[in-house]
Amino acid sequence: MADIHIGHLSDFADRRARTVQWDGTEWAIFLLSDGTFRAIENRCPHKAGKLSEGIVCDHHVYCPLHDWKIDMNDGQVQAPDTGCVSSIEVIHHEATGKIFLRTESVGLKQTS
Amino acid sequence: MKRKLVMVGNGMAGVAFVEQLLKLNPNKFEITIIGAEPHPNYNRIMLSSVLAGDAEMKDIVLNDWDWYRDNHIMLHVGHTVTQIDSAKKTVHTDQGLAVPYDELVLATGSLPFMLPLPGADKEGVIAFRDIKDCNTMIETSRKYKKAIVIGGGLLGLEAARGLLNLNMEVSVVHIFNFLMERQLDPTGSKMLQEELERQGMKFLLEKHSDTIIGKKRVTGLRFKDGTQEDADLIVMAVGIKPNVQIAKEAGIEVNRGIVVNDVMETSVPSIYSLGECAEHRGIVYGLVAPLYEQGAVLAKHLAGVETKGYAGSVLSTKLKVSGVQVFSAGRFTDEPGTKALRVQDDLSGIYKKVVFEGGKVVGAVLFGDTSEGSKLFSLIRSGEDYAGREREVLFGKEGGGGSSSTADLVEAMSGDEIVCGCNGVTKDTIIEAIKDKGCVSLGEIKACTKASGSCGGCKPLVEQILASTLGEDNVKKVKEGICGCTELSRDEVVESITRMKLKTSKEVMHVLEWRNPEGCSKCRPALNYYLGMVFPEEHEDELESRFVNERNHANIQKDGTFSVVPRIYGGVTTPEELKRIADVAGKYDVPLVKITGGQRIDLLGVKKEDLPNMWRDLDMPSGYAYGKALRTVKTCVGNTFCRFGTQDSIGMGIAMEKRFERLNTPAKVKLAVSGCPRNCAEATIKDLGVVAIDGGWEIYVGGNGGTKVRAADLLTKVKTEDEVLEWTGAYLQYYRETANFGERTSEWLQRVGLAHIKEALADQGERQALVARIDKTLDLMKDPWQQIIESDDLRKAFDSLTANSPDSASGGGLNAVQGALAEKPQAE
Ligand code: SRM
Ligand SMILES: Cc1cc2nc3c(=O)[nH]c(=O)nc-3n(C[C@H](O)[C@H](O)[C@H](O)COP(=O)(O)OP(=O)(O)OC[C@H]3O[C@@H](n4cnc5c(N)ncnc54)[C@H](O)[C@@H]3O)c2cc1C
Ligand code: SF4
Ligand code: FES
Repeated sequence: MADIHIGHLSDFADRRARTVQWDGTEWAIFLLSDGTFRAIENRCPHKAGKLSEGIVCDHHVYCPLHDWKIDMNDGQVQAPDTGCVSSIEVIHHEATGKIFLRTESVGLKQTS
Repeated sequence: MKRKLVMVGNGMAGVAFVEQLLKLNPNKFEITIIGAEPHPNYNRIMLSSVLAGDAEMKDIVLNDWDWYRDNHIMLHVGHTVTQIDSAKKTVHTDQGLAVPYDELVLATGSLPFMLPLPGADKEGVIAFRDIKDCNTMIETSRKYKKAIVIGGGLLGLEAARGLLNLNMEVSVVHIFNFLMERQLDPTGSKMLQEELERQGMKFLLEKHSDTIIGKKRVTGLRFKDGTQEDADLIVMAVGIKPNVQIAKEAGIEVNRGIVVNDVMETSVPSIYSLGECAEHRGIVYGLVAPLYEQGAVLAKHLAGVETKGYAGSVLSTKLKVSGVQVFSAGRFTDEPGTKALRVQDDLSGIYKKVVFEGGKVVGAVLFGDTSEGSKLFSLIRSGEDYAGREREVLFGKEGGGGSSSTADLVEAMSGDEIVCGCNGVTKDTIIEAIKDKGCVSLGEIKACTKASGSCGGCKPLVEQILASTLGEDNVKKVKEGICGCTELSRDEVVESITRMKLKTSKEVMHVLEWRNPEGCSKCRPALNYYLGMVFPEEHEDELESRFVNERNHANIQKDGTFSVVPRIYGGVTTPEELKRIADVAGKYDVPLVKITGGQRIDLLGVKKEDLPNMWRDLDMPSGYAYGKALRTVKTCVGNTFCRFGTQDSIGMGIAMEKRFERLNTPAKVKLAVSGCPRNCAEATIKDLGVVAIDGGWEIYVGGNGGTKVRAADLLTKVKTEDEVLEWTGAYLQYYRETANFGERTSEWLQRVGLAHIKEALADQGERQALVARIDKTLDLMKDPWQQIIESDDLRKAFDSLTANSPDSASGGGLNAVQGALAEKPQAE
């Protein structure tokens, strides 16, 4: 089970994101208001906007460049725009507060 | 067993018909819709508004994905039907799908007509028909400059206006001498042309296109007379042709369109057609209103409800170009046997023409003031006899006094008369929405019935029906929520915040019952602003609700880097400062150093993680080039050096910038001070501009030099510098307290009125109270760059995390795993 340690709970702020490079991809890791995490590729399918800089509302993030709305649960761009970003599972080890990426969980982009 | 209804075409006419059918008989059919475009049904009409920047793509979806699911409609988008097998009652798509039907509806719309010019296949030659075309234009405008629109009709002019808004140079080529000749008479047409020329459009009239020139991509257009015009983009808007190919191949009778009878049946049993592809009594319609009427008839017919059948429609059109009011309806040209009543007022740019035949109104053209459009349109349809008193139509009963009122008109309308032509909504449907469904505002009626939802021309009628049904006092004034999360207006939200002492966005959204519990990208920054404005001391700024630039105190660039603009008060700098900026630019390898249009220096292309260190090395305050805040105070040389200068404009500008820097405002605010009326600091296109005169200062407000250029209005003249600061402070605070989030002063001033603002600021006591409130806010503001440099916590948000090699630490604790990315949730 290859988990990549990327940081600690205290590195994250509510409804904000941090980024990490792994395996040639930049990931945006978000802490949602319910305390759970999401991680998606930090690259908007529209014009490669940095999703880590977007406004987070529940499990959606709005791209900072042209306001596309992306569901972080499945990486799907919301109508009327279309597209998808890859996602990866985040593990929050409660006992230690450590945060990991679960490497074999990368959800491939689906076309829609 | 339900019958299988299959519809080809997922456009406006078709889906409106399905909506009607579901209302009449929701259970009779199992419905399948096949559409070639990869989108849910959207409002094609609004593409013009999207292009012009007045609406966004997401605002124009008419039926979202959920609608299809909730109504159990099988939807195949991205499929084009290529064959109809009427013997086997099956349709086939290009993706290999075969769908059997009991009843088939063809709603394939039309195709843009492309002039068969040599070179028409080059890159950059497009039509204006769908979302794709709209996106192509928007993208082209980012890279190229010159556009030609071929066709001076409704569609061509709307495309041209959109391209102007996208900052392209636009020439409209038209084969006739008059624009919109199918909707306007020569007088109206010339007035329209003048207005559009004023807006920046160029016209090439009576020009016959010959060849499109260029290599791979278009570079220009040559005309039959040998002249030519450069172009990076050519939009053809010369007409449409009904999309009839599959019907023709299936042996269905096709003339210009697919021939249908009064209940929209084609020549082949069980196959119907409606919309722009259908031809009824020799006419193919190209506007939505008739298509909705057709849909209503077909829905009744298929649902087994009795119908008189479709008998054709009278047309009315409105040009959707901002700043231009054009309306036309019916037969507006002078013909033998017709008489016209004309009013032409060149001073106010108004032209009205009403055409009578035998005392009845048969057509009308309005330019400049279209408020009577819906009234005239309904007179055309009702056929009321005005023989001998034609003048009353425009001048009212007394001859000279106001024309007959909207109230009388609504009163006289019969229940089944259509009020909203675009959406086919009758007076009865609107009254029903008010009485039975409890609608009390225009917005609610729009949501419930779609009336006034498309071109907006019928708004006055709908409002009048609302007022006369409910009584004036019970009408909720035009109420559109601040975003899709709420119906509350800006004023109601701010009032609730103040009255209930709400201190966080979360509280606001909870107490005011927001539809999306965490809001959206529109309301979150707005709420954060309103809270800070109402409670400057108590409200804690919510970084997570700030737009990227304001959160990082730098402008994000298209590649994710940032730009840094330090404050340079009044545009005045020193050799030391310039050296420091140069050193920093060198040290951090800044790719571009640019003098901005705001008299300061921009360091562009900075990596996010370098920002805090650069700020430290610069040792200058933030210029707030990224914020809804005071940006710059531009100044000219003034009497310090200039031979014309009457006052110290530099000193005044610096004093203003120092006084108001860091101020948060509903939208960005730009100030300027010019030393004399030559106005070299362009003060009269600023949010607030000061122009020095001998012995005093003029203060101008509400100017804008951006998307919609507007010259500022004179607010007042004062004598001293202190008075300038007092008026400026009062004005800015009044704007902060009353404008909508995102509203520039120019829009705000036009909305509330200059007179109103003058009145609010007239009293010195009031002005001082406003200044006291602005000071309270200003006193709390600290330089954000300094704050970030000093706080480890804030600074760390600028660094990225590092991924460590695979780690087993989670091995033992997997039970404790929480918050993992859930399995793909059920679609919402
Ligand atoms: C840097 C600068 C261009 C330059 O190199 O000269 C600039 C750059 C941007 N302008 Fe501007 N504007 C700049 C002066 C202007 C001016 C001229 C002025 O201020 O004297 C105007 C017209 C005056 C006015 O606003 O009335 C101007 C009207 C706009 C507008 C249209 C605003 C409007 O109300 O219509 C936008 C779009 C917006 O704000 O939504 C905009 C937006 C932008 C943004 C922030 C686009 C964005 O959202 O990312 C640009 C950031 C570029 C970047 O990547 O860093 N910029 N922009 C100028 C900065 C001045 C400064 O020192 O702060
Ligand atoms: C920019 C613009 C502005 C306009 N402004 C106005 C206005 O102000 N007022 C007004 O009244 N009208 C306006 N119109 C016209 C109005 O939009 C049309 O009259 C209306 O959309 C026609 O509806 P429809 O359903 O017949 O066709 P459409 O809306 O074109 O729908 C037809 C759909 O069928 C699909 N289709 C076609 N063939 C197939 C196939 N073989 N298989 C599967 N799918 C297929 C097409 O892709 C299309 O999506 C405007 C049009 C444009 C382009
Ligand atoms: S700097 Fe201003 S004018 Fe230039 S491209 Fe950006 S927004 Fe447009
Ligand atoms: S890059 Fe994300 S919306 Fe445009």
